[in-house]
Amino acid sequence: MKHLIGSAFVIARRDFTATVFSKAFLFFLLGPLFPVMLGAIFGGIGAQVASEAERPVVAVIASPADFAQLSASRDRLAGALEDASIVGLVRFDGERDIAAQQRRLLASKSPPVLAVLTNAFSHPSLVGAVNPDGTTARQLQLVIAAARAPQHEVGPDIAVTSHGRSSGRLVQQRALTARAGQFLLFFLTILLAGMLLSQLIEEKSNKVIEVLAAAVPIDAIFLGKLFAMLATSIVGIAVWSSAGAGAIAFFSEGGLATLPPPAVGWPAFFTLGVVYFAMNYLLLGSVFLSIGAQASTVREVQTLSMPVTMGQVVIFAVATLAIGAPDSPAGLAAAIFPLSSPLVMIARAAEQPGLWPHLLAIGWQLVWVAVILRLGSRLFRRSVLQSGPTRRWWRRSRKVAAKG
Amino acid sequence: MLRQAQDRETREPAVEAVGLVKDFGDTRAVDGISLDVPAGTIYGMLGPNGAGKTTTLRLLLGIIDPSSGTRRLLGRDRPLDAARQVGYLPEERGLYPAMAAREAIAFMGALRGLPLREGRRRADQLLANHGLSEWGRKPIRTLSKGMAQTVQLLGTIIHRPRLLVLDEPFSGLDAINQAKLEEMIRAQAKDGVTIIFSTHVISHAERLCERIAIIAGGKLAFEGGVDEARDRLRPIVRLRTRSDDGPWRAAIPDNARRVGKEWVFELPPGGPEPLLKALIDGEAGIETLAIERPGLHDAFVAIAGDAAAAAMGELGQGR
Repeated sequence: MKHLIGSAFVIARRDFTATVFSKAFLFFLLGPLFPVMLGAIFGGIGAQVASEAERPVVAVIASPADFAQLSASRDRLAGALEDASIVGLVRFDGERDIAAQQRRLLASKSPPVLAVLTNAFSHPSLVGAVNPDGTTARQLQLVIAAARAPQHEVGPDIAVTSHGRSSGRLVQQRALTARAGQFLLFFLTILLAGMLLSQLIEEKSNKVIEVLAAAVPIDAIFLGKLFAMLATSIVGIAVWSSAGAGAIAFFSEGGLATLPPPAVGWPAFFTLGVVYFAMNYLLLGSVFLSIGAQASTVREVQTLSMPVTMGQVVIFAVATLAIGAPDSPAGLAAAIFPLSSPLVMIARAAEQPGLWPHLLAIGWQLVWVAVILRLGSRLFRRSVLQSGPTRRWWRRSRKVAAKG
Repeated sequence: MLRQAQDRETREPAVEAVGLVKDFGDTRAVDGISLDVPAGTIYGMLGPNGAGKTTTLRLLLGIIDPSSGTRRLLGRDRPLDAARQVGYLPEERGLYPAMAAREAIAFMGALRGLPLREGRRRADQLLANHGLSEWGRKPIRTLSKGMAQTVQLLGTIIHRPRLLVLDEPFSGLDAINQAKLEEMIRAQAKDGVTIIFSTHVISHAERLCERIAIIAGGKLAFEGGVDEARDRLRPIVRLRTRSDDGPWRAAIPDNARRVGKEWVFELPPGGPEPLLKALIDGEAGIETLAIERPGLHDAFVAIAGDAAAAAMGELGQGR
């Protein structure tokens, strides 16, 4: 065991230093900046496009006075909701042939007209590509009703006292933290497992793997590689967290104190985050390394890893069901299933205060990490150095089936 | 060093294999190979490409497990238990291209249990001894193929192993580097290190080895001393006479070949004296007579067969 750990350390140290002290690692650290930058750029462009694009409107055939009442009513609604979510109104003077005017307005491209409203106050009639029970018709009902009753124009005053936190707001914020935690765990794990796989393929093509296999147990290579990437990613997480905290402290008024605190508190949440990330990565990384051992080219790796990646996406989707309902049957089942357990438990840490379920879950996940590491390293050992005409597992199983 | 001297004294086998078999799917790559490599010897493994030499070496080192059969390496049943006393140069050289040469050597030592700091110190020394000091801190990818191969070779001896296994160590090296490598192998052997190397160039084995194994089609066709292999063939007689015909012709075997003006044939079982007597009594008029011991190449052809020799692709080089 001592020899195994010592050998794994030598492999891990090489991989870790080769990765962390390379120029490429700087790009890895800068990686999260790219989505943020792209989000900002495309978000800005999107907003500009949205503001510049002509939104469909309802053409209102009415006198200026009637339209002023309707428009004021519409603006009050828009103030309570969001402007973009309330249908826009444009006034037109009535013509002699209303039917012809309606047809012409519905064909108009500037502005694009969704429907035409006539006789708003006497016998409201809406013509256009709208559903009688749809949101456009219902919104117009509210607009007309409010416009008809100007005495309730402003409504009763409500004395509002601002309070930092409320349970409803806290639940919302914690759900957001849970989602963010799950997404980060999932995204980082997939990213790093992919990097691990590329590294293994590179070593197979460099023929370095044979030098390693002649000197140390294959299990040590497997563990060394896995833990080196884990250590690398923890360096990345530490840098990103510090940079994120720094950015929040610098740009956000009130600094880190404004962040919604997770149920277990920030220190425990951060510690659990690292632990669950390690568990998730070790579970998935073992699977990916075993796949890498089977493949000898990048194309083979892509083909073989696709089902696992898709499976992981499904597991992520299942894990999101536990947000807001960690004690539901689905939430508990997802917490017990080893591959989704870390994702579910990090969400639980954001939403539920107790720590003992985490101790239980970590113990359970450790058992599975040990089982999967063992299976993975055995499979890795079997396949990583097969030379000559190898029979892949699917060919072996086909042969067994044929014999049976 | 003391242990190495003891190994030599006791001549306990450094490597033992009994009935090694390795199947890859339906293909049998190694078929019942048994061999003993005495400690402190230079042992050559000869055979054409695809004969099973590399697979045999991998089996001996424990890189892959045999389908059946057993092997012992430096007295250990599990070869990897002896890994820290073994140096291995694989046929397909493997180095990290971005790693500096001295780091690569030190890393290979670390894999075999040598502390990294000591590995770096020894690496600097070895690089200096081989005139590569200025390349020590440069990445492997900037080195020539010969230099990279030397670096890998230095990595296999950095931890001062008792057993050195070199798979086709001469391939890819120019004549100067081949000579340097031969020198290095001899120096290691002088220090008591057991050396096993595979090659398809018979001349290297002939110059270096005390014992050889000839492998063809996954099977062991011969194992023993180089002299033993050569002694399997009778000495070759090359005879040039003034007379073209006469009673002396009865002394020439039926399968004798005429090469230019010379007769070439195996020395008859009676030895040189009856032959000489018959030639003199028969008035052959001997101009030249040479009795040559067969080379390892001839022995290889005789043992492994013409097909294997042709597959070596260097029929002329072995002479």
